[in-house]
Amino acid sequence: MDKYEVKAMILTGITLAIFLVAILRSIFTYATGIPECIPYDESFTEPRVEKLDDNVYQIFALAQMWSFEPHEIRLPVGAEVDIYLTSKDVVHGLNIADLSLNMMAVPGGVNKETVTFKKPGVYKVVCHEYCGSGHQHMMGEIIVNYPNR
Amino acid sequence: MRKIYLSKTEKALTYTLLCIPLALLTLGIYHGLMQTLYRSGMISQTSFAALEYYQGLTLHGVINALVLTTFFAVAFGHVCMRYYTGYKLNMTTAWISAGMMIAGTVLAAVMILSGNASVLYTFYAPMKAHPLHYIGNVLLITGSWVAFFGWIGMYRKWRREHKGERIHLAVVATMANFIMWFVCSIAVVYSLLFLLLPWSMGLTPTVNVPMTRTLFWFFGHALVYFWLLPVYLMYYVMLPTLAGGKLYSDNAGKFVFFLFLVFSIPVGTHHQFAEPTITQGVKYFQSILTYGVALPSFITAFTLAASLEYAAWRKGHRSKNPFSWMTKLPFFEKDRYLFSYLICGLIIFIIGGLTGMINASYVLSSLVHNTAFLPGHFHMTVAGPVFLGILGMSLYLLERLSGKEIRLKRINNAIPYLWTIGMFIFSAGLMVGGFRGEPRRTNMGISYMDPDSPLYRPDWVWTTGTTVIGGVILFAAAGLFFIVLLDLLFAKKSKESYLSFPTYDTVHKEKVIPFLNSFKPWIIIMLALIMVAYVPAILNVLEFTGREAPPYEPQNPNPIELYQPEAGTDVGDAETYKLDQNE
Ligand code: HEM
Ligand SMILES: [Cu+2]
Ligand SMILES: [Cu+2]
Repeated sequence: MDKYEVKAMILTGITLAIFLVAILRSIFTYATGIPECIPYDESFTEPRVEKLDDNVYQIFALAQMWSFEPHEIRLPVGAEVDIYLTSKDVVHGLNIADLSLNMMAVPGGVNKETVTFKKPGVYKVVCHEYCGSGHQHMMGEIIVNYPNR
Repeated sequence: MRKIYLSKTEKALTYTLLCIPLALLTLGIYHGLMQTLYRSGMISQTSFAALEYYQGLTLHGVINALVLTTFFAVAFGHVCMRYYTGYKLNMTTAWISAGMMIAGTVLAAVMILSGNASVLYTFYAPMKAHPLHYIGNVLLITGSWVAFFGWIGMYRKWRREHKGERIHLAVVATMANFIMWFVCSIAVVYSLLFLLLPWSMGLTPTVNVPMTRTLFWFFGHALVYFWLLPVYLMYYVMLPTLAGGKLYSDNAGKFVFFLFLVFSIPVGTHHQFAEPTITQGVKYFQSILTYGVALPSFITAFTLAASLEYAAWRKGHRSKNPFSWMTKLPFFEKDRYLFSYLICGLIIFIIGGLTGMINASYVLSSLVHNTAFLPGHFHMTVAGPVFLGILGMSLYLLERLSGKEIRLKRINNAIPYLWTIGMFIFSAGLMVGGFRGEPRRTNMGISYMDPDSPLYRPDWVWTTGTTVIGGVILFAAAGLFFIVLLDLLFAKKSKESYLSFPTYDTVHKEKVIPFLNSFKPWIIIMLALIMVAYVPAILNVLEFTGREAPPYEPQNPNPIELYQPEAGTDVGDAETYKLDQNE
């Protein structure tokens, strides 16, 4: 090994260490973007929105060929929402690009993620996993403007 | 360069394995361009010229990413083992393997073209394909195993006759790749044969969907490295000599291939970050392990850069500027086209590798998962270095084995550069689109990109338009390749037929390091890591999956009724299945 090789190895080591610290930090300080998995129960296949508190909601979303149920959801600005997601039939995806919310709807499994709708507007919910011939039409909406509708 | 002469049947085998997937590739490339047109809204239909969008996308994925890559890995493996061990191939296993792979490909292609398998190349359940499609996939994969079994014999023999000598890097690369491939594809073959096949034939009512997905991704991530490693072999073994230099370190190369062997499989769940039934702990663990794969990539970046710079210095480069050596490489020598194909692949791969780090990171993945960013990224790996390596090496081998010479040399040397330009434009369109939320695997022309549709998304117009421009350039480059290829095949034989590879010398004299000269320790580490990573994942899936799913057809939201419980058998499953249906 010559001295350049040693230098290169040290550099590589440092770069990798920085990456590692960055990942660990992102995992432990901002535990975001990672859906939790919830034990399955038939009640998750009944689409509904439940209000728990002033600004705290639960959405039980059901993906099916080719729509999201409930199809259109209205929420107040600043709503803190637990989204539970499962599928009635095949595998679907759920993507709200404006929130970088990204979940899969898999039959037999329940996915959960918590998000806050800080800004008013219409959030498009797009299915981003191929789910059959109607896949390109599978979109829902979450309208965040209530109560000043 | 040492020359060897292949027997007639060895040559016939190599032609067969190289040419069949290249012929099919015309279809795959055609639909690549079509996809960009559909996605931009230039075609606003469900199908065009008798090929439906998702049927064509299945064809594109299966032909380009499974058939072409597997056939090439086997063909290239054969010639590398033949050349670098010096032993004759075991023609029995080789032909059985080729026969199985061809039969499998024909089955899958017929099923896709007849519209019975529009399930994309990942065949995610509970979307059901025709049973013969699953059998086709199994034959393609297990066929490639049989070729590998033949090489094990050659490797053993070499070991016996060359005790204590260093194994050739090319042999390490080929064997490491196929050991990894064999282990990872056991999972998917199990899933195809024992879960999906009986279910698609109506022998079992339901299938555990998260389980099939987890088994798929056990295979799916290593699949990416299976595509890549033959090209890494070319980068290490051949590129330095092609550039006019030497390989910086042979031990570093071996270390890299062993690391791929160890790390490729136990990181598969990072494709499942967004999914239920796998707990966060397992995902965290594999996310960190994924960065283990960054290590061999860094070593490769260093070793290759050092080898190429060495080549530039040998060519008389004397500048103090630390980067100017890059301009001194033989980019435009028309007789050294293999260099052009490989270096262009490498340039694309720099971006492809960096964007791969984005996918692998937990937090960023939630931004891009399943958006157009993904195809943007992996076209810069599989359709970049892998594809260019396959094209360049196919021409190289066909030229030597047939004793013919490429006549359209300038065009040939321009192809990889054209492809690189097209690829950067195309992928930029997809990746920016992905950041704006464009979904992948979507016929957007009839919804999001149709100004008359309520779903219309004007913010995606210019990104999808960019992919069309890139797509047209890529299509043109591929078209030129087929012209060069046909012209070569119809040329007259002008030289002797032989095989030789531009093989490296090393810059340093290196000692034989025992643990870099044997597969055993690495296989043990690999199996141990797989256990640590996948036993918890599988247990998670078994624990958290609440119900299994009946089969569905892509056109119909109601499940297909295939399963007929016989009198006297337990009907418990069938009852729950009815319940779901009534909902
Ligand atoms: C003319 C060149 C090509 C063009 C224009 C092209 C275009 C595309 C487009 C637009 C997609 C995304 C479709 C969608 O998600 O809806 C796609 C997917 C894909 N392409 Fe290509 N492609 C080309 C060449 C290649 C090559 C050479 C390979 C591999 C060797 C390849 C492998 C793939 C794979 C694996 C997918 C993913 C399929 C899936 O999601 O199921 N492509 N291609
Ligand atoms: Cu869907
Ligand atoms: Cu979908």
